[in-house]
Amino acid sequence: MTMPLSKKIVFYSLLIISALAVFAPALMAFVMSFMDNKDIMTGSLPKSLSFDNYLKAFEQFPLLKYLFNSLIVSVVITIGQLILSSLAAYAFVFLEFKGRDILFFLFIATMMVPFEASIIPNFHIIRDLNWIDQYPGLTVPFFATAFGTFLLRQNFKQIPKELREASQIVGMGDFKFYLKVVLPVAKTSLVTLGAYGFLTSWNMYLWPLLSTTNDTVRTVQIGLKQLQTQEQLNDWGVIMSGAIIVIIPTLILLFLGQKQLQKGLTEGAIK
Amino acid sequence: MGYIELMDISKSYNKQRNVLNGIDLQIEKGEFFVLVGPSGSGKSTLLRMIAGLEEISGGTLKISEKIVNHLPPKDRNLSMVFQNYALYPHLTVEQNILFGLNAQKVDREIQQKRLEETAQMMGLNELLKRKPRELSGGQRQRVALARAVVSEAPLCLMDEPLSNLDAKLRANMRIEIRRLQKRLGLTMVYVTHDQVEAMTMGDRIMVLNDGIIQQVGEPIDLYNKPSNLFVATFIGSPKMNLGKAILEDSNLIIENVLTIPFEHLEMPKNLKSRNLVIGIRAEHMPYGDENQQVQNVEIVNVEHLGNETLISFEVGTELWTAKWLGQWLIQVGDKVPVHISVENMCFFDEDTGNLIQEATFTHKQEVVRR
Amino acid sequence: MSMSNPGIPSSTEITEISFENVKKKQRVKSFTKGMLFLLPSIVLFGAFLFYPLFKTMYLSFFLTNARGETTVFVGLQNYIEMFTSPIFHQSMKSTFLFVLYTVPTTIIIALLLAVLANEKLKGIGFFRTIFSSTMGISVAAASVFWLYMFHPSIGFLNQILSLFGVESIGWLTDPKWALIAVAVTTIWMNLGFTFLVLLGGLQSIDSYLYESADIDGAGYFHKLRRITIPMLSPTLFFVITVTIINAFQTFGQIDILTQGGPQNSTNLIVYSIYREAFTNYQFGTASAQAIVLFIIILIMTIIQFKLGERKVHYQ
Repeated sequence: MTMPLSKKIVFYSLLIISALAVFAPALMAFVMSFMDNKDIMTGSLPKSLSFDNYLKAFEQFPLLKYLFNSLIVSVVITIGQLILSSLAAYAFVFLEFKGRDILFFLFIATMMVPFEASIIPNFHIIRDLNWIDQYPGLTVPFFATAFGTFLLRQNFKQIPKELREASQIVGMGDFKFYLKVVLPVAKTSLVTLGAYGFLTSWNMYLWPLLSTTNDTVRTVQIGLKQLQTQEQLNDWGVIMSGAIIVIIPTLILLFLGQKQLQKGLTEGAIK
Repeated sequence: MGYIELMDISKSYNKQRNVLNGIDLQIEKGEFFVLVGPSGSGKSTLLRMIAGLEEISGGTLKISEKIVNHLPPKDRNLSMVFQNYALYPHLTVEQNILFGLNAQKVDREIQQKRLEETAQMMGLNELLKRKPRELSGGQRQRVALARAVVSEAPLCLMDEPLSNLDAKLRANMRIEIRRLQKRLGLTMVYVTHDQVEAMTMGDRIMVLNDGIIQQVGEPIDLYNKPSNLFVATFIGSPKMNLGKAILEDSNLIIENVLTIPFEHLEMPKNLKSRNLVIGIRAEHMPYGDENQQVQNVEIVNVEHLGNETLISFEVGTELWTAKWLGQWLIQVGDKVPVHISVENMCFFDEDTGNLIQEATFTHKQEVVRR
Repeated sequence: MSMSNPGIPSSTEITEISFENVKKKQRVKSFTKGMLFLLPSIVLFGAFLFYPLFKTMYLSFFLTNARGETTVFVGLQNYIEMFTSPIFHQSMKSTFLFVLYTVPTTIIIALLLAVLANEKLKGIGFFRTIFSSTMGISVAAASVFWLYMFHPSIGFLNQILSLFGVESIGWLTDPKWALIAVAVTTIWMNLGFTFLVLLGGLQSIDSYLYESADIDGAGYFHKLRRITIPMLSPTLFFVITVTIINAFQTFGQIDILTQGGPQNSTNLIVYSIYREAFTNYQFGTASAQAIVLFIIILIMTIIQFKLGERKVHYQ
């Protein structure tokens, strides 16, 4: 069906206006990150654009170190989540055993406990394990995820049971079937969950704030907070360049995987 | 002693009503055995119990004289073809065929040799590098068969393997599977809901309904001597015409409408004074000529099949169909004479539905044995 | 029943007994296997979720030292103090106000955007990407962006106001405005996720519904009201509960924008827990607050499951 031109114009203008409105804060930050501080302070339009702010941000702060830490933490969490939730989802879909339904309920129950409500003992656990300022302290608590398990379970359920049965007839065990058939067949949903896991771990804030006290494993989100609070001169250009650096990896990921994420989220949400 | 022996096999879920009851059966080595029945009759469950995919609730199952109730599928030395083919979507045809051999850690060289033989036999040489989604339905079916062939298991189980194919392809594959089975000397247990498939493929057929064996036998015996009303209507197309009947004097009265004399035939004693259901096949009601006993019936429907014509008429509340060879130009509403003879009828007990007496005429003429 | 041999029955009896053993063994084996697949998740859930939750409950009945070790059992004293404390009252009030500000607004804006972006127009993919972009922007970055927007002198919002001759507003320093400022930031941040889920919901509506409405000659708004919204209700419902739960868990934007101030007007519950525990080292009272948070989220999740179930069947 083609739309009349007048209607098209209405839609396009609405789209453009709302896109500008939504993107304005990020866009302004992006422009500011290339601007001279004097221009920013006087609120005038940029007279010259330069990478100075970025250079300054990297010079004055261990931004590279932060970025590296964030990368490690996000990748480790993502892999951990993929392994744990695919194993759990496999058990819920392909294995039959006593107590399975109770355990499934247990997984549902985890969704009712906000991490923030158990953060105090968690902090003490990590401290007692000597995991403060350590990668494990930042990653291990997030490996198990009910959302990921449900998303993959939903996907595994669409694998015909006959595939498992055919493999049983030739004598293939469960773990091998999981590795050789289930994981490759469910590749796209693993990618979706992976992207989602990376996105959320990259953007984590409260936990890294608590469990890092120095720069050794501090993530870039907390680094940005440091940048913002320690920047004595209130040099907005430098702060914005830091913020832009922080969001670039996740934005790229989002742009690449938007369709996948959207599908995955809807599937996981409405089972 | 058979190759597969089922002794008093039953299946129930959660101690509830039995899905299968008292199944006693022997399947011979090298036999093409078909399990046929409507959906929900338990035929697939039975097959899956033989495969070891479903736990056996009661009874004993033997394969080549060994009790296998407790053995997992892999230790039963069999192959299986599924309705949806169960091809691994991420693997090529070659990898799919070799999947089982790989899992069993068969030597590489032997794998290659068997692959070549199988691909040759199934005509898959050109397709080995393709993924299942790049294949047509028929080709997928062939890959599924190839997987069974390559395993070299002496027993092959098939669960409605042709039901996802279109009619033409199905007819081809029927012959192909049948030839393959004979050529490899496989013992085949084949599940289908399609009686044509059962009739055309099986050495022997077992008709199952509601978890109970209705009849086991060769296709022609099932057709000629259905042991009860269920088999009578399930096997054969068009289905056997049925009508309630009683004996009065020396006449058979069907549905209170048709009166058919016993003529020179002796009236069997066991038919007297009980409620009967008679059954007669469509091809046993020819156009009646003058020197025959005829019934004049009003045609309610005519189907031209080209080489034969199906005509339908009402007998009381039943709609009967007769099959006449050749092309008959008849209109709906015409009255035509039909020859209906007692000697072509099967007699059933109305209460139990069981066969009392088979048609006498068929013995004389129809079955040609060499 | 080919076997009438009298020797056979006894041997079948024996095999039947061993079948039972085999079955039992298989059951144990499949249970062990299932547990092995689930064990990693169960252990971590136990260590970092269930145990801490119970520990939180336990702590809420005690006074603690700065290391978090329990010192004195005080029973319900922490709860009593919490419920009588004006700071906690303020915190709860702010939290609920915050939910009220953010949830409906987020959903309405996201829904409008999703409806717009669901049109089949050239280049719509670009707009979808823009609308969903805030999902990829972290709390820290988003807060920094808005920190500038709310800046009293050079901030974008006050500059716009001054263009119209309106006096500048102390967005983050005025107790009247601070919560709204944090709410605006939050709405902006959540827009991407909410938009993406709603768009997914819209796209899963069968197009034949619209086609048959077209044949009946239904107008744009009629279709929106009669088809889109009802068919979207399960997604909408999911989005509402998730947004509410998220709102209760707000932390990062407050930490960067206001630190709970001015005059505790943005001291939302998670921030309050954080401050009580990690700046004041009052782990007991902080735990009591955490339990309140837990109960709120618990109720929300149960509502989601209970009502959501029916909606899902409706799909």
